[in-house]
Amino acid sequence: MSITYIEAIKQAQDECLAEDDSVFIYGQDIGNFGGAFKATQGLKKKYPDRVLDAPISEDAMIGVAIGAAINGMKPIIEMQFADFSTVGFNQIVNNAATHYFRTGVPVPMTVRLPSGGTPGSGPFHSQCLESIYSHYPGLVVMTPATIEDAYYMLKEAVQMPDPVIYCEHKFLYRWLKADKLGEPDLPINKARVVRSGKHATIVTYSAMVHEAVRAADALKEESDWDIEVVDLRMVKPIDIDTVLASIARTGRVLVLGEGFPWGGIVAEVVKQIVADGFHLLDAAPKTLNSKDTPIPFHPKLWSTHRPTPQSIAQAMRELLHQ
Amino acid sequence: MSAPLTLPLQNRNQAISLEGVYAMYKVALKSRMLENKFSSLYKAGKILGGVYVGNGQELISGALGACLRKGTDYYAPLIRDQAGRLAFGESLLDSTRTYLGSVKGPMRGRDGNVHRGRPKEGLFAMISHLGTTASVVSGALMSERIKGTLKGKVGGTCIGDGGTSTGAFHEGVNLAAVEKLPLVVVIANNQYAYSTPNSGQYACEKLIDRAKGYGMEGYSVDGTDIVACLDVVSNAVDRARDGAGPQLIEANFLRLSGHGEHDDAFYVDEAIKQSKLGSDGLVNAKNFLMEKGMLDEKKYQDLHDSLQAEIQEAVAQAQQEPDPDPFKDDWRALSSNLV
Repeated sequence: MSITYIEAIKQAQDECLAEDDSVFIYGQDIGNFGGAFKATQGLKKKYPDRVLDAPISEDAMIGVAIGAAINGMKPIIEMQFADFSTVGFNQIVNNAATHYFRTGVPVPMTVRLPSGGTPGSGPFHSQCLESIYSHYPGLVVMTPATIEDAYYMLKEAVQMPDPVIYCEHKFLYRWLKADKLGEPDLPINKARVVRSGKHATIVTYSAMVHEAVRAADALKEESDWDIEVVDLRMVKPIDIDTVLASIARTGRVLVLGEGFPWGGIVAEVVKQIVADGFHLLDAAPKTLNSKDTPIPFHPKLWSTHRPTPQSIAQAMRELLHQ
Repeated sequence: MSAPLTLPLQNRNQAISLEGVYAMYKVALKSRMLENKFSSLYKAGKILGGVYVGNGQELISGALGACLRKGTDYYAPLIRDQAGRLAFGESLLDSTRTYLGSVKGPMRGRDGNVHRGRPKEGLFAMISHLGTTASVVSGALMSERIKGTLKGKVGGTCIGDGGTSTGAFHEGVNLAAVEKLPLVVVIANNQYAYSTPNSGQYACEKLIDRAKGYGMEGYSVDGTDIVACLDVVSNAVDRARDGAGPQLIEANFLRLSGHGEHDDAFYVDEAIKQSKLGSDGLVNAKNFLMEKGMLDEKKYQDLHDSLQAEIQEAVAQAQQEPDPDPFKDDWRALSSNLV
């Protein structure tokens, strides 16, 4: 019996539906079809009244979730691709995100965003949108990088009284496999040191955690550098204490993200490091994101557009030789 | 005269009875008087934020509020729905406290005036982005369906002529129709969206023609005729409550004010003002009730004076209450403890 990242998401939803009658899932093609990525496969049969197909109306899908959440439900909205959530952006950032502050009534909804690039997906099926949602007060933004986080963080997201933007990475869906689901090892709002090191730190999240570990392994083999890798896990709010503790050990940091380079999570982490941990730094913090262009379609262009183990290792060499 | 009816009006028969008409007229008049008061206070610099009055919209707005049942139904009003709010059962104090900045208001100073609401009581708190309410009310109704408690419940919301041009509105009403929800959507067609006339907003002959396109039952009504408004709205609410699916109503009238109190509405066409569309529904309603013997000058004056006293009391109460204290506000946008 093995489990993949996407199966962990499906299992978490299955259990949420089984354990709590106020949970329902709403999204395009998620019923009998089982979802574009099969994250809800078989759930319509088990919970016919609580796994509901939506018209292609992202704004209205979020509106439905808000009305239902105010009314005591815990909706999960599946966006077919994270990219399409921008059509529902207004309802997310202006309606759901402001509601608790304005009225005192929380909006316990979870919006699942199948995020990030896979080869050949192009500009409108590859985006990482955690940065734009993190900008707005009133949203929690999760970016699980492991099978266990995909499972446990989704289960907590559904029970959380606030709107959660849950960014699941499509590249990890079937690439991450395990014999069985592991035990939870950290509260969801704590960053995780996934690889210990002493010469420099890479702070990252989501699929880039795995690319960072590959780069760190390569640098170990190449020059015996010991690189620490910190997985933020949740990007709003950020556990900056774990990041600063790592930099206190290493003195150097690369902040890495798959999203676009202008502003965003990477810039925010650097801002907080500089503001609160300037004295810990032996070198200027370095950043690495995708290129500042739309995401290209052709796999050869795509694989250069986003950070790779090679480009991460190169950035680390520059950081270590500063 | 038979015993006075109180709101909510339970069905179409009640709504179009003289007693029903009178019950709603009182609320519409109260709304006009309250907003006249806000307008005066605005001009005296006593109001926080803007004032967007519903002059001309009281009849159609009040009719929807009067036919919905607080505690059972859901209501998502928009900016010119003071009458609907009062008819639905929102207190005068919720209004005056918000406009005058009292921390005791439902929004506690965190949002203003027409954005106020009590979502836990089925009175949703609008955002400024138009078209978003149809889907939110639909979500509340879908949750009732999931819980098995939808039967006998209705959701109502209002949109302006301008708001019908948004994608959000289209998505919301289309979704309600697909789900066959008991949603009543009133299009308050007051001829202008801020300064933009209908010719700049849509190209179909009548907005209500869109009902067929959505697969909704649709009704057109003269928004200056109190009996027609109550007749059409109560019928639509009854139909929705009985399971006939979503209902679309277009009420035509003229906005008898600027977009807000800052706007002198110089752009409004004189010909519309002089037409039947430009008549004041509240005056028409008063004349109708006088003709029917439900009202005379003495009774009107007594009603006016008692409403004035009620409004003055709510204003005075809010004026003596404290502002929000920025040093005491908890400044939390999340209810979870994650930091």
